[in-house]
Amino acid sequence: MLRVLNKIIETGTVTETLPRDPSLETLGYQVQRQIERRFAGSLAIRQVDAGSCNGCELEIHALNNPYYDIERFGIHFVASPRHADALLVTGPVSRHMEHALRTTWMATPSPKFVIASGDCACTGGEFATSYASCGGVESVIPVDVKISGCPPSPNDLLAGILAALEN
Amino acid sequence: MSDTGAIPAFLARLADAHIVVERAPSERLSPARVVTLAAADWGADGKLAFEASFRHAGIWGDHVDDEIRLFACLVSQGNYLVLACGVPANESGLASHAPYFPGVDRMEHHLHDMLGVAFIDHPNATRWTRHQAWPEDVFPLRADFPLDGRAPRRARADNDYPFASVLGSGVYEIPVGPVHAGIIEPGHFRFHAVGEQVLRLEERLGYTHKGVEKLAVGRDAAGLARLANRISGDSAVSHAWAACMAMERAASLQVPPRGQAMRAILAERERIANHLGDIGAICNDVGFAFAHMQFGRLREIWQRGNQTVFDHRLLMDRVVPGGIAADISAEGLRLLQSQCVELSRELDGLMPIIDDLPSLEDRLVMTGVFSEIDARTLGALGYVAKASGIDYDLRRDHGYAPYDALEVKSPCLTDGDVASRVQIRAEELRDSLDLIENLLRQLPEGQVSAPWPEGTAGVDGIGLIEGWRGEILSYVRFDADGRVARFFPRDPSWFNWQALERLIHGNIVPDFPVCNKSINGSYSGHDL
Repeated sequence: MLRVLNKIIETGTVTETLPRDPSLETLGYQVQRQIERRFAGSLAIRQVDAGSCNGCELEIHALNNPYYDIERFGIHFVASPRHADALLVTGPVSRHMEHALRTTWMATPSPKFVIASGDCACTGGEFATSYASCGGVESVIPVDVKISGCPPSPNDLLAGILAALEN
Repeated sequence: MSDTGAIPAFLARLADAHIVVERAPSERLSPARVVTLAAADWGADGKLAFEASFRHAGIWGDHVDDEIRLFACLVSQGNYLVLACGVPANESGLASHAPYFPGVDRMEHHLHDMLGVAFIDHPNATRWTRHQAWPEDVFPLRADFPLDGRAPRRARADNDYPFASVLGSGVYEIPVGPVHAGIIEPGHFRFHAVGEQVLRLEERLGYTHKGVEKLAVGRDAAGLARLANRISGDSAVSHAWAACMAMERAASLQVPPRGQAMRAILAERERIANHLGDIGAICNDVGFAFAHMQFGRLREIWQRGNQTVFDHRLLMDRVVPGGIAADISAEGLRLLQSQCVELSRELDGLMPIIDDLPSLEDRLVMTGVFSEIDARTLGALGYVAKASGIDYDLRRDHGYAPYDALEVKSPCLTDGDVASRVQIRAEELRDSLDLIENLLRQLPEGQVSAPWPEGTAGVDGIGLIEGWRGEILSYVRFDADGRVARFFPRDPSWFNWQALERLIHGNIVPDFPVCNKSINGSYSGHDL
């Protein structure tokens, strides 16, 4: 136990002041105020992989690591769409996930918004439209904000989520 | 590979059984040996291979003219043998290998759903890759099937999949997915449980099927590499390397030594990033948040190093046909070196904490035990196999460049539980750090890539790589115009997913996440 405590003390706080870009930092503060005003200080996001290669998921995971610590902005990921204010959708929508994505969207209470995350979610990306893929997320459910990148970095994701709140 | 050992002995046994095989020229699909046989002998051949203790490394098909060509890859002691046969496209019945090699069960279903090959004595005839996006009498990988397909405007849910049911007093069913509770890929798990104990788990995958094999058709070499980088986002380097190796062997293109060394550095960095993330996540699944945060921190530092040196946090699009995309500056090389030293120091502090924490031991030891016999039966790969007594690593046992000139260590344990899989990955972390330091120390000078030879046409090749999940096999065929006509990347997850169904038996439902994470199959790499 002592070693665990020692390691915690030795590591200290690595969480960075994010976003490092000053203009984004301003946006960050504005948006935190938005979350406070419109979502009582807490924005609940349900992440849905609608057919991605898992690259986007790895970077979304990184948002929870101590460097980004997205929860300090009042943003957290929830297990059920019924608890969510927003959906963060990745991947081209595979035809096998089309129904599940639509059902998840319907299960999310209104008012809600949808963020398409990654090039595939924005346009279909490398997988485009085919017998197996519906292409971008907006071909299945309405999309409010798109975050491009393959995959978007944690910084891009943060900026996109914050921009969605400004919308 | 040498022509000694199991393969000539096996070919002699085939001759004894009056199975006539035709040996392809030795350069075809080198370093594997290729033999062609009559479709009628396919089943008998599988049986003999089973009796000769071969491992089945996958089966795939290719629609050429009026024929479906079938390939099965068998392995013994690092020697690879490819069996080939052809069946008429309009009447394509073939004996199944699944009765002898249950690990290829799903791959045969995939072959049926995608190419329309009927396996006449398959032990459980059902669909697998196909849900409801295309009708059962059309096959997307047939040459006459258009990429856009003939799908209905809206695909309906796959509600009538025939799950096995378990009856009995107190037995209840838990359906999970395809949308899971965490930030993970989609798939469906059907549990049958009594109290907290799992009686049976049935997986239903295929939700992330994006038509990768069809999308590959008609691409050039660079386009195929880009696609291969996105088969499974956590294995960008491994899949791209396997695909490029297959293309380069088909084209007889030599990658410059510096390019080969850089590819290995990329592959080992990918292995380290994934092992770091997963060790943390496994600890988190049993409530030890400290390790999750610490390993998450180390993974983040590592990924930032990737961004600085290779311009991509997940190392996508670094491996290209002929070598790697760009050379690294002297400053970049120094950072790679110092990151190894730093990570090694961090692990010295962290691993002892993980190793003797009673609460971790309580949850991980004897949890999710995967027996050696199951591992051999299924043909499990990578750390899943190594933790269950199968001492195999392509880098050491099938020595491809640059590993053939290095000393590659590979751990092996026999308990087969979650703790063993964690320990294998912890040891692989150390071994990969050593490999990177060795590679950096002896980094050859010169070019990092060779130009792609225009005019590569009508040839095929096979790529074999030890990715971080285990052996990846890639098959590529170019058509007469030099475009990709067939691409089949076989991720280790095809076998390892089935390991999860077996090892969860008798465990409690709340231990499923940690068992699942200790296997960490790729959904996208399996669903294609």
